[in-house]
Amino acid sequence: MEKQNYNYAIVRSFVVWSMIWGLVAVLVGVIVSFQMVEPGLNFPPYLTFGRLRPIHTNAGIYGWAVGVIFATFLYIVQRLCKTPLWSDKLAKFQLYFFNATIIASAVTLLLGYTTSKEYHEMEWPIDVMIIILWVVFGLNIIMTILKRKDEQMYISLWYMMAAIIGVAILFVVNSAAMPVSLFKSYSAYAGTNDANVEWWFGHNAVAMALTAPPLAMFYYFLPKSTGVPIYSHRLSIIAFWSLIFMYLWTGAHHLLWTPIPDWIQTLAMGFSVMLIAPSWGSVFNGYLSMNGQWHQMRENYLVKFLILGITFYGLQTLQGPMQAIRTFSAFIHYTDWVPAHIHMGTMGWVSMICFASIYFMVPRIWNREIYSIPLANLQFWLILVGQLIWSISLWVAGVLQAGMWNAMNSDGSLTYTFMETMVEMYPYWWARAFGGIIYLFGLVVFIYNLYMTVKKGEPTAVTTATAEGRV
Amino acid sequence: MWEKKPILLIVLATCAILVGTIVTVVLPFAWVNTEADRIEGVTPYTALQQEGRDVYIREGCNNCHSQTVRPLVSDVLRYGEYSKSGEFVYDRPFLWGSKRTGPDLARLGGKYPDAWHYKHMDSPRSMVPKTNMPDYKWLRDYPLDPQMIQRKMETLGFPYTAEEIKALKGKNDMDAIVAYMQKLGSDIPWREATETAIVGELVNPYTDTDQATISSWGSIFMENCAACHGARMEGEIGPELIGEDYDDEILFELIYSGITDGGMPSFSSLGTDKVWKLTNFIRNYKAGGDQ
Repeated sequence: MEKQNYNYAIVRSFVVWSMIWGLVAVLVGVIVSFQMVEPGLNFPPYLTFGRLRPIHTNAGIYGWAVGVIFATFLYIVQRLCKTPLWSDKLAKFQLYFFNATIIASAVTLLLGYTTSKEYHEMEWPIDVMIIILWVVFGLNIIMTILKRKDEQMYISLWYMMAAIIGVAILFVVNSAAMPVSLFKSYSAYAGTNDANVEWWFGHNAVAMALTAPPLAMFYYFLPKSTGVPIYSHRLSIIAFWSLIFMYLWTGAHHLLWTPIPDWIQTLAMGFSVMLIAPSWGSVFNGYLSMNGQWHQMRENYLVKFLILGITFYGLQTLQGPMQAIRTFSAFIHYTDWVPAHIHMGTMGWVSMICFASIYFMVPRIWNREIYSIPLANLQFWLILVGQLIWSISLWVAGVLQAGMWNAMNSDGSLTYTFMETMVEMYPYWWARAFGGIIYLFGLVVFIYNLYMTVKKGEPTAVTTATAEGRV
Repeated sequence: MWEKKPILLIVLATCAILVGTIVTVVLPFAWVNTEADRIEGVTPYTALQQEGRDVYIREGCNNCHSQTVRPLVSDVLRYGEYSKSGEFVYDRPFLWGSKRTGPDLARLGGKYPDAWHYKHMDSPRSMVPKTNMPDYKWLRDYPLDPQMIQRKMETLGFPYTAEEIKALKGKNDMDAIVAYMQKLGSDIPWREATETAIVGELVNPYTDTDQATISSWGSIFMENCAACHGARMEGEIGPELIGEDYDDEILFELIYSGITDGGMPSFSSLGTDKVWKLTNFIRNYKAGGDQ
């Protein structure tokens, strides 16, 4: 097969920068987890919980997850299409503009310029930057797909295209605002409408940025790592179309029991439960692809990351629909259960797949063998244990607090004041902070391992020109 | 066939995404925030309140406080009347939140006097010893910018007067956020409507209780009353309690129902038993029982 002139330099840059922003996200996360238990650690005006928490979430989503999406999509699209990128210049611009956008976001959020809309806190000039960034990225990917060598498009490419379109629609609609100045705007929608639009965005950002892209990575890197194809092509088709159709109906499950019209809440609840099917379609497709290959869980650390990642996806997509049911939401919503749920998705599912993808790509884009497999295994256990401590402690905390909020005396009055329920949270918040530190340590091991790989790794024996795409 | 045609795939995927979007997000604009939602009495924010709302947004208060009371018994008992769509028509953006690290604030307006809020924002732990809310005393150091606030009011299309803008001069972020908190959820007269009417005769169940037991109920007083009435009942935000000479039943009712116009919140959420204990503790304390 002819040697292609793939652009790996850009993939390398995005790998490095995504890891830097990922480290920032986790570091800020650990800091705010300590602010929760020790309010003296708030240093106004810039370093308070209220200003740092959006930096944690946005660095995680836009810096780490989107950074890895850029790296992997630019890698996968070249391999699956057997053609170099449509435009190297555009990709280079995307890299610089990406970092400019993330830095601008962090600085403005520290300064208190925020819209307050969750996962969309940045003010309108940065929204404009993000839209430009996404158009440049999407255009490059789609144009590369258009000039592909293989007519048939592999599963990963479907998810990539859906994600590009989906994020674009969501972000633009939720950005609509009336600017007052460069750093202040008011939402174009008011009250209940604004809430409905925001959570349509919020929940589908999870679908289009934190589900479809990791699935694109999973469907590509799992067969690549195991050497055997995906179990069922038909199942992947059904799962893909039903996933992108059903997700958009579910945003209002974040708004159960609020003034949102009941029928929207009911639709959201119904579709959330139905979403179990396409989600588990991908989970089973992954598991069944391991038929006869389960021994690789022991021998191949990449498989371990990928299968644990898809397992957390399966757990996440069972727990999510459960929370979307009115009765359960009435009990658990607004407690610490919810962040525990989110962090199983981000620390477990999304990041596990991102780590595996980077471990797979690094030997191929730097031509170096991974410096230390034992260190990769150590990292695996650190992030797994860190995440489990994080989530389990807050699940317990959430159930405890929900129970106390609802406890009533025989005369029909409430048993506990709000403060009596809140002080019970402190031990669990300490445990969460501890889990976060373990996770942070795992991330440091990861970065050290890759740094040493690039500096000192043995030249790779992996040939980069195998028949990609025919999985 | 779509697996071989990327443009077709993009078109089909866009359609799949738009169906749910149109039904659950676009169409509701026809039903939500329309005339049918209007509630008489719900007014736009004043210049000072709107600026306070923007301080609330800037400091990310919504990360820990929600602003919707759900129609659930524990929510309504704890916070007050459940929230209605028409109460939020002037909210850009909405601030319902997603987490209650601190309590819900949708019905905070009118619950406490201004002085309570100033003291609480200055140093939350001076009033609620174990809270994890950060201090916001520093908000007092940031003077308001009347010109900017006027521009905001114009962008929002809210009515304002020149005197109102002029009056902002000399005020600071703390004044603004307190004004905003006093507005929260107070456009409808829910507090009057839900005032508890005590039916039947009130009988103090603890008339024969010994001094030591009554003194041990001081912790209830410290947690719920001391922030305003002082740890030794000497009074601060609320009046001094030593020397008050109410009957048990009247004191019970004052604590249980609060004084809506006087800034004294209702403590019915404590339950009758704890309110009786407080009644006895306070009566006993002023009777000379210094602990």
